[in-house]
Amino acid sequence: MQENMNTSKQVRTDAAGTAAASGTILEVEGLQTYFFTRQGLVKAVDRVSFTLNKSETLAIVGESGCGKSITALSLLRLIPDPPGRIVGGSIKLLGVDLIGLSEDQMRKVRGNDISMIFQEPMTSLNPVMTIGNQIAEVLLLHQGMTKAQAHAKAVDMLRLVKIPEPEQRVKEYPHQLSGGMRQRAMIAIALACNPKVLIADEPTTALDVTIQAQILELIVELQQRLGTAVILITHDLGVVAETAQRVIVMYAGRKVEEASVGDLFAKPLHPYTRGLMNSIPRLDLIRGAETANTRLQEIPGIVPALTALPKGCVFAPRCPLAEDRCRAEYPDYKQDAPGHWVACWRSDVVAGGTSG
Amino acid sequence: MGVYILRRFGLMLLTLFGMSVLIFVMLRLVPGNISDILFESAGLVNPAEKKKIEAELGLDQPIIVQYWRWVSGLSRGDLGYAYVSEKPAIDEILPRIPITAKLASMALFFSVLFGVPLGVISAVKQNSPIDYLLRIVSLSGLSLPSFWLGLLILMGFVNYFGWIPIYSKPPDSFWTEVGLLAIPAAAVGFRSSALVMRLTRSSMLEVLRQDYIRTARSKGASNMAVNFKHALRNAVLPVVTIIGIEAAFLIGGLIVTETVFNIPGVARFLVEAIRWRDYPIVQNLVMFIAVVVVVINFLVDMAYAMLDPRIKYED
Repeated sequence: MQENMNTSKQVRTDAAGTAAASGTILEVEGLQTYFFTRQGLVKAVDRVSFTLNKSETLAIVGESGCGKSITALSLLRLIPDPPGRIVGGSIKLLGVDLIGLSEDQMRKVRGNDISMIFQEPMTSLNPVMTIGNQIAEVLLLHQGMTKAQAHAKAVDMLRLVKIPEPEQRVKEYPHQLSGGMRQRAMIAIALACNPKVLIADEPTTALDVTIQAQILELIVELQQRLGTAVILITHDLGVVAETAQRVIVMYAGRKVEEASVGDLFAKPLHPYTRGLMNSIPRLDLIRGAETANTRLQEIPGIVPALTALPKGCVFAPRCPLAEDRCRAEYPDYKQDAPGHWVACWRSDVVAGGTSG
Repeated sequence: MGVYILRRFGLMLLTLFGMSVLIFVMLRLVPGNISDILFESAGLVNPAEKKKIEAELGLDQPIIVQYWRWVSGLSRGDLGYAYVSEKPAIDEILPRIPITAKLASMALFFSVLFGVPLGVISAVKQNSPIDYLLRIVSLSGLSLPSFWLGLLILMGFVNYFGWIPIYSKPPDSFWTEVGLLAIPAAAVGFRSSALVMRLTRSSMLEVLRQDYIRTARSKGASNMAVNFKHALRNAVLPVVTIIGIEAAFLIGGLIVTETVFNIPGVARFLVEAIRWRDYPIVQNLVMFIAVVVVVINFLVDMAYAMLDPRIKYED
């Protein structure tokens, strides 16, 4: 126990030094999360690397099943084992490798240094505990508060996430709150200990559109106010454009492209990224074009089964530009502009072409 | 909540009325009455004498009249006289209740004490050797009839210790009594604990897959806190229901267990009364058991409302 406290403190002390020096909070290097299933080895996350800077929002985008959520759960080391395991790489939070921590030490990180909000606000809160108790739980676990202090702070947190009548709501149960309110409560739980990193795993997918915008605004506002770094997992490029500064595009467990939001939308270099962008409905196209092809473009095929990944580039079977080399060898990352990385043999064609 | 309790109470009375009719009619559908049995065992057949006894006991009246006599007596607190002992039925029944009540509550306590924690362990360690062992034990618990288990236990005692625990009355102290009742209570409660364990296990397995369990882990809660504070609170709800239902089954189990262990309780007394067609004893006793079961189920529903905030009883 004593030892854990020390480590946790150490993490926090290092914070001051390293963060001030580089601005990097989280450094993920070559992360590999595999699932050992009866159907075979599933490389759910395969050699994914990225960094996260202070107060920054990094978006991870991709289709369902491309490893976004598993990446997020890996950061908290919450991969169910068996069947899953982190088999390689490092996750450095302010210089401390989380992979090397004991389970007890890791628990001090969860909810305290790194916290997470989930996709399904309807089912992510414990139905038999009051909202107040669920917020207070993290404070009691990590901040050494008394029950009275924790409950007072819970009310403050509800006020922070703009839930009306927080004194009343704190005594209510999740079923008494709407979906949007529950997601606000989840955010209150996640931010209660003022974490360095907030992972938001499709926080707005299950909500209706007007509520989506409110929740995103809230996350952005609180991020600015509290200086939290955010990893935003989404498949909605519109959300990315509005909230993130940098983007990672994932496909079949791998990072295929990384860029600033501006670069990515201006000049997507991976055919998959381009495909994602072409599949967004655009009002201007629909309105103007009677002659033009107004049908939404789609990426043909589906994400391959991760147990049977193709040799070479994993996207090759669905890629309109694939050639023999793509099917034979996985491309290396190459840097197109500062901070703009892509893993594609034919990125120059993608960049030059008019459509994907 | 108040309205709900009131409505529920009305429903309870209705249930008990239905029960009283059922008990009364079914008891009289059993062939023969006490006079038949008396005369048969004595080998005498004197129809005039038999008629006289039947008239004395009111058995010659139409069944509606008999029912009305019983129910109106019940409402005055008059349970009638036992046919066999000719003492007031209440004096026969009342003294035997405490021991059966103790036995039943010990059996129920036993089933929860073992069933719930072992079910949690079994679920948390799913598909581990301990899970397999517990599942085998619980399956055997469901398959062994309690009287047979009781006999096995008695045989074991005779074999290894050369004596059997006999319920002496009155027991010397509270703990002696607990000790004496523990073995039959375990024999009866084993089945319930097996059922509670299996239900707790499957309910826990379901709950452990829920999103809010992942949330709890992401908050940094320990395994203990996740399993017992977050998961069990949710998983215990169906278990509470089954405990209410088991309470009724338990009484059935007690009838044979009291006989096997020679315990002078209500259940064994009931069997004897049935043999003699001692209507006042049987119908009042079964009615009493029905009241107990209905009340337990009412309490279970109340407990449910307290455990699950999603259940609202006011409407």
